[in-house]
Amino acid sequence: MLNSTLNDTTAKSSAALRPQARPDQSVLRVENLEVTYYTDAGRAKALDDVSFTLGAGQKLGMVGESGSGKSTLALAMMRMIKPPGRIEGGHAWVGDTDLMALDDDGMRKARLSKIAYIPQGAMNSLNPVTRIGNQMVDAIKAHVGRESRSAIEDRCAHALRSVDLDPGVFRMYAHELSGGMKQRVCIAIGILLQPQVIIADEPTSALDVVTQRQVMETIDRVQKEINAAVILIGHDMGLMAQFVDRVAVMYAGRLVEVSTVREMFTSPKHPYAQALISSLPNLDNKGVFQGIPGLAPSLLRLPSGCAFHPRCVHAMDICTTTRPETRTLASGRMVTCHLFNEEA
Amino acid sequence: MGNLLELQNISKVYSRGLVNAKANVALRDISLTLREDEPTILTVAGESGSGKTTLAMLLLGFIAPTTGQILYRGKNITMLEGKERLAYRREVQAVFQDPFAVFNPFYTVDHLLTVPIKRFKLARSKADARKRMDEALTAVGLRPEDVLGRFPHQLSGGQRQRINVARALLLKPKLLIADEPVSMVDASLRANILETLRNLQRDHGVSIIYITHDLTTAYHIAKSIIVLYRGAVMEAGDVDTVIKTPQHPYTKLLVDSIPWPNLDQRWGAEKIIARTTDDGGDGCRFRSRCPRAMDICNTSPPLFRIDGHHTAACYLYEQQPEIVPEKLSELLPV
Repeated sequence: MLNSTLNDTTAKSSAALRPQARPDQSVLRVENLEVTYYTDAGRAKALDDVSFTLGAGQKLGMVGESGSGKSTLALAMMRMIKPPGRIEGGHAWVGDTDLMALDDDGMRKARLSKIAYIPQGAMNSLNPVTRIGNQMVDAIKAHVGRESRSAIEDRCAHALRSVDLDPGVFRMYAHELSGGMKQRVCIAIGILLQPQVIIADEPTSALDVVTQRQVMETIDRVQKEINAAVILIGHDMGLMAQFVDRVAVMYAGRLVEVSTVREMFTSPKHPYAQALISSLPNLDNKGVFQGIPGLAPSLLRLPSGCAFHPRCVHAMDICTTTRPETRTLASGRMVTCHLFNEEA
Repeated sequence: MGNLLELQNISKVYSRGLVNAKANVALRDISLTLREDEPTILTVAGESGSGKTTLAMLLLGFIAPTTGQILYRGKNITMLEGKERLAYRREVQAVFQDPFAVFNPFYTVDHLLTVPIKRFKLARSKADARKRMDEALTAVGLRPEDVLGRFPHQLSGGQRQRINVARALLLKPKLLIADEPVSMVDASLRANILETLRNLQRDHGVSIIYITHDLTTAYHIAKSIIVLYRGAVMEAGDVDTVIKTPQHPYTKLLVDSIPWPNLDQRWGAEKIIARTTDDGGDGCRFRSRCPRAMDICNTSPPLFRIDGHHTAACYLYEQQPEIVPEKLSELLPV
């Protein structure tokens, strides 16, 4: 069944990749987003000209090494970048609202009602001294003007039930819940106001495989229920293969490839994506360890030209001098690499 | 040569509270023998709360077992003194989960390597010490000039974790206890660290106990596996057999939930029964979540031998010959 949903989203996603063709279809349109951190050691461009689109009901996986800008992208979309970081430019359209153009109050209203964020490490994001219920009620009260107490509690109970938790959790404290349950509480809070976009930042990185599957299945179900677009951030390619429709690969603050999950796993285009895919363990290559040589570059001292060229097996002369542009291939895939200059 | 380390019917119970003390059984009757002449890689797998870290702490002598004893070269480790204690401390080494937390940020990384050299009087001179450090770092695939003299924050997680392995290697250990060594490292660096560990076993004759919840890496690095659930052995044996043809319902659930990076190998549809917070001490510890639980599961299942290198503690295999827990190690291939 999963395979069939995958196939019909493949058709949809290639259309959604070309925003200029059918802009009305996508619920999220990120355009030329740029974030810079002004540190004592210099300027670090954490997001460099990031653009992508996402349709309702679609799931996008965002992968990359630590420091590649995945979490910065999530925080930038939520407008939660803190100094010394600054959003330098770009747009993030949810429906017809540009989040970057909203005033602070408007953005506060948009969070949770238009775009929700499920943070990494749920155990740390819940308040330990107030009941779960109060934290949920607070979230609703901040957005919905006047609603009776019972209506609010109904909403919370519904959200808890849809993540497979007993409504009794409403009256509990965070320490009474297991890691998986806390993560599901965070998902429940995330969907309280039925946002159009949900960003999940490594939602299962601290959980064991069984709980991880349970949490991912929960996200999958609530996502279908409210037909939201989901961005899953992480570095576990296995999880991506099981969950998302499309995969975006980040490297040193740039999107280097965006493909459907099948294209990504069967024929990755960008050399970094290729290395990433071939480093994956599976049942057939026992005892073969293939890492990616070299280290992720420091954002403060990026290599000239293409940031990946010192680690790239296909590096050419042009790669050391000229920064590659992102190109959309005929198949609808986006690649940022000089190898595909002619193909576009 | 004899047994390096031997666990004899170890149990560990943590109790909480003075009145109506609540006992929490972290490990129940575990026996395990590691031979000195047969270096192997053994995976101890299980979810959080399965007792795998408790097992590591016991092996390292950080905590004492509630019942049973741990023998190092035939002697109880709590009785070790003087030279023998030092030898045990040197031969049994550890690599921990968090490559960020084990470094003191005020010292350069050299500190982590020079302290054990001094403590165990490994080097005769400064030049000799430096040579040993260089050798250990090279063995884990680092260039000494890249890392020595640097502060921990200047290195990546993968580099730091490999320095930890180098530190352990410096002491020429017989046994390395690796508690989730790659869970906090980027996927692209995992392969490097696992390869380092495997080479350690192959080229330096070090046995490794690889503690993890990640069956994918376990499958790739280990020879044998023990699956724990809430302190009890569920299934054990050859890693290929256990992961490819799991027999115990818990292992089946675990293997079914591995997100393989393969589009044609989908997550199973097996329903997950939520874990209840409190189920009684006796009986199979998995029975409250087991889809195939029977009445007999109220009594603790013994280990049943499924074939030469495979055993499961489950009454579904009742017709198979029983084996006593002390014999578990004999089933594990090396």
